[in-house]
Amino acid sequence: MQERVHEKLSILADAAKYDVSCASSGSDRKNTNKGLGNAHPGMGICHSYTPDGRCISLLKILLTNYCIYDCAYCVSRKSNDIKRAAFTVQEVVDLTINFYRRNYIEGLFLSSGIFKDPDYTMERMVRIAKDLRTTHKFNGYIHLKAIPGASNELMQEAGMYADRLSVNLELPTEEGLKLLAPEKKRADMIQPMNYLKNEIIRLDDERKVLKKVPTFVPAGQSTQVIVGAGKETDKDIVHLASRFYQQFQLKRVYYSGYVPISNDARLPGLGNQVPMMRENRLYQADWLMRFYGFKAQELLDDTHPQLDTEVDPKLSWALRNLHLFPVDVNIADKMLIARVPGIGMNSVNKIIAARSFSALGWDQLQQLGVQINRAKYFITCKKGAMEKKDLTSEQIRRQILSQSHSKYQNLHSPQLSLF
Amino acid sequence: MEIYLYDSSFEGFLTAVFENYKTKGVIRKENAFVPDMFASTIRVETDPEKADRVWAGLSKKLSADALHQYFSVFLSELENIEDQLLNYTRHVFENQVSVERDFGNHFVLFVAQTARKVHREKHRMEAFVRFQLTKDGIYFSLVSPDYNVLPLIIKHFKDRYADQRWMIYDKVRNYGIYYDLEKVDTVWMEMDKQEGIWDETEGDYQALWQTYYKGANIAGRVNRKLQLQHMPKRYWKYLPELR
Repeated sequence: MQERVHEKLSILADAAKYDVSCASSGSDRKNTNKGLGNAHPGMGICHSYTPDGRCISLLKILLTNYCIYDCAYCVSRKSNDIKRAAFTVQEVVDLTINFYRRNYIEGLFLSSGIFKDPDYTMERMVRIAKDLRTTHKFNGYIHLKAIPGASNELMQEAGMYADRLSVNLELPTEEGLKLLAPEKKRADMIQPMNYLKNEIIRLDDERKVLKKVPTFVPAGQSTQVIVGAGKETDKDIVHLASRFYQQFQLKRVYYSGYVPISNDARLPGLGNQVPMMRENRLYQADWLMRFYGFKAQELLDDTHPQLDTEVDPKLSWALRNLHLFPVDVNIADKMLIARVPGIGMNSVNKIIAARSFSALGWDQLQQLGVQINRAKYFITCKKGAMEKKDLTSEQIRRQILSQSHSKYQNLHSPQLSLF
Repeated sequence: MEIYLYDSSFEGFLTAVFENYKTKGVIRKENAFVPDMFASTIRVETDPEKADRVWAGLSKKLSADALHQYFSVFLSELENIEDQLLNYTRHVFENQVSVERDFGNHFVLFVAQTARKVHREKHRMEAFVRFQLTKDGIYFSLVSPDYNVLPLIIKHFKDRYADQRWMIYDKVRNYGIYYDLEKVDTVWMEMDKQEGIWDETEGDYQALWQTYYKGANIAGRVNRKLQLQHMPKRYWKYLPELR
């Protein structure tokens, strides 16, 4: 019995790991019933890190890897000759509770292959969440995949028990989807996202006038796109993300660098590198949009359809817009300082607080956490003007690059290694 | 120079601040003090009333967040941390307006940055505590935190594990916190043999967790440096997935 659970866990964790969403934050579910677990005050915790450097926050598993679909990029596709397994409801509940009690995890992330049909699959996932919440008084974090094509009633019920629901867009472009997952349609994915968005808004409105409105996906919805499986540009991806953040009020868009899993001619073959640097740049661009006030078209447009591989997107933007600098950190508007390369949001807040006591100089900026070797080209402060005037953006770029070592250096070295 | 020796408690420290505020002496922990023939020492008797007066004074000038930072900095137990806190205390009292956000000031920045370090360690304990179930039905965890953060994690674990008895024991400082389903107490115990005290299912769940940990890794993306950055080696000894 124990051995069989080990085997299932091994298969179904392995199949779930390509979903990169890991957040356990943003919920406000309190432990008010003296039960188990607490997702309040909404700060996520990473409990462990695997050798790939990714965090483990949730028990991330598939309910089953049996699937009726045959999407080329997916390891669980129907035509793939792999071991299949399916958990029972009781097994998932037991693992979640016992891992949680030992402080291994923040909760459960449950996804699934589609067996029989979407409703049949979704219904089993909802049953697990319901059992955890009601029978076991579990207040930890639950993230469920919303299965495209499942009924609105099931979606509604899922929202009552889950902290977060997500529908994966899978591929950034419709052409990509047509080529690699011909059985799936973009519209089928958008339908549940739209339903969830409307329900969240409707219940929020009700909450303003009524006292007892049940919680409904308190940590909102997110999605994931696979990067590097199709022919899409960074502009396609970032503009898509920006649109979805606005249209569906998503909490997060995740970017998953395609990990080659087959020799299908439509895809990068086995042995190709995972596009980790590209993925990293996309997350940086995403951060700039969500926290630093950048718009998608400022970062990428038709003349610059790809993110710079050498420098990060903020520096890249600043180098294209030198006419907006230098910025005087002692008087400039907060969101303008946030646009300076080498100054993160923590430093911005400290600068804004400190400058109301006295004007800041270079030493103090450095102590506050500003990366002076980057920022110096773009700011002025108490002592003196900019480091050096009249540098072209190409000169600044070279100077900054000569002082820094990219952690991805070996990935964009032109030399190919033999193995 | 006068050296004020206190009993290592936070109240004792505040009492010492009270006694020493006007003089220019230094404050040191009694048990860590190496006698110095050129200095005269004064033993501070911990006095809740005096400590309260200092705390009340600080409370008038500082926000709840800043008070929490102050306590966190004390718990860092860094060498001569008393000097830093004393300087900060004087700086706070000498100014009419609140100075807690004057990050251009050395003392203020030091307190903010040290509090951040302690907070990070607190957060790591919330992440890396691994409970093991004993035969008596207590979820038990050993820890060796860099700073004395147990007082800071009580609320987190009490809120989260409201329906199970648990104990977290600081092996470095030799004390623990124990929750008995109602309240959390400080406890001391002898750390002798641990064999035979665990519940019979404990090994099974640790093995399942190890299986999960192996399955969740993507070999094609291996990045040990990143793993170490988030989870430094010194925490590994208590993590079953890394044994």
